[in-house]
Amino acid sequence: MDFDQGISGTTPVSNSVLPGEREKPSTVVIACSALMKEIHELSRANGWNHIRVECIPAELHSRPEKIPGAVKAAIDKARNRGSQIFVAYGDCGTGGRLDVLLKAEGVERIPGAHCYEFFSGKDQFARFGEEEIGTFYLTDFLVRHFDRLVIRGLGLHEKPELEPLYFGHYRKLLYLAQTDDPMLKKRAMAAAERLGLVYEYHYSGCGGLGDSLVSFNRKLVTGSNRGRLPDTGGMNSRQGSEQQEV
Amino acid sequence: MSNVEELQYEEELDLSTLTDDELVEQMFDDMYNGLHDELIEGTDILLERGWAADKVLNDVLVAGMAIVGADFRDGILFVPEVLSAANAMKGAMAVLRPLLAETGVESIGKIVIGTVKGDIHDIGKNLVSMMMEGAGFEVIDIGINNPVENYLEALEKHKPDILGMSALLTTTMPYMKVVIDTMKEKGIRDDYIVLVGGAPLNEEFGEAVGADGYCRDAAIAVDIAKSLVAERRGMAQAAFG
Repeated sequence: MDFDQGISGTTPVSNSVLPGEREKPSTVVIACSALMKEIHELSRANGWNHIRVECIPAELHSRPEKIPGAVKAAIDKARNRGSQIFVAYGDCGTGGRLDVLLKAEGVERIPGAHCYEFFSGKDQFARFGEEEIGTFYLTDFLVRHFDRLVIRGLGLHEKPELEPLYFGHYRKLLYLAQTDDPMLKKRAMAAAERLGLVYEYHYSGCGGLGDSLVSFNRKLVTGSNRGRLPDTGGMNSRQGSEQQEV
Repeated sequence: MSNVEELQYEEELDLSTLTDDELVEQMFDDMYNGLHDELIEGTDILLERGWAADKVLNDVLVAGMAIVGADFRDGILFVPEVLSAANAMKGAMAVLRPLLAETGVESIGKIVIGTVKGDIHDIGKNLVSMMMEGAGFEVIDIGINNPVENYLEALEKHKPDILGMSALLTTTMPYMKVVIDTMKEKGIRDDYIVLVGGAPLNEEFGEAVGADGYCRDAAIAVDIAKSLVAERRGMAQAAFG
């Protein structure tokens, strides 16, 4: 799938298979499509060829009450195949309903309220909030799909008069980057300009997403990765964080 | 009818030529489609025809918003459409508000409402405020990012029937308990009806923090508010009866 072409929101649950996974898809990561690219990159870097990613459209974030149901459907599907399961979601606005489900199912998820928190780390995210409560966050995924998910998703292409209602209290756009990509930086800056917000950049890497997948893989009992020390590589490093403001 | 013909038809539609029933139906459509100017025009026409401001409010605006709310709940409409409808209603409310004040329509209750500390999201709160006002409540909106002190100050100053708290974030919604616990400590919790709402909340959370009601959406907030205010006043009546 080409991420730059967007991900269809019409299919409730889709799946994505990495090269080599078809031989032994014993492990399933049920993920928000906003995290799919990062999970694929981490899997490639670590040789986690046993991982199959079951994707749920990121658009469900606008109806978070539907996330637990979609995750449950994906869990049932994975269970039917006898797979071990991890859920790559934060609470994501489900108000604890996702955790109730996962507790009942005995499945773990990434700790944290949402991807901004687990990408940046809980303490750093709290600092962002203390510095400027009116911060609008973008990740790599959201920068790529800014027009589709933010502008069109909020109906601003047809009803620009709604913009102050959505963004009236925001002051800053913080691009929380998973990769150091000059093109995405430019697009994030353009997004800030489009919304009339101060732009700031912070490189987080994959943060808690990488940590959680590493931890999950360590617990796996499959033979294919037993004893391996996973490599989170540059994507999961918080070193070299830089900030700039324009 | 082609899209172009439909567009031309809409452009040519003269609201003043419609009967009252047709106009009300058209205004429901205009609100549903977020047509701000058309809804104001319809409101003006009904007033010119001698409709009372509270009749326009209840039979058109509140009824129209209830349709929007129901379709939002059913997943037919999404946030942008609801906001657009609310924006249109806001325009019409601006026309009606001074007239309602002139006629001295008695408020059915008073609510202080605000988003909790750490949270700047107010779309849901604003919808609730508007629907409450439409339903006849006096609304004191204290805005966003409110520490407990702001709530207490507003309660002391305005003496409302209801305190409404809103939060969009799972990280900020626990602050509602801080506010309610502080009210308990000060011995004023039972003086007010406390309602909570926001996307990540649910019924259990509302109970856990000690609220009197969890409001799933703006329309339900109005129903709960009316019911609890009536219940409380009924109890007061009985106590003094």
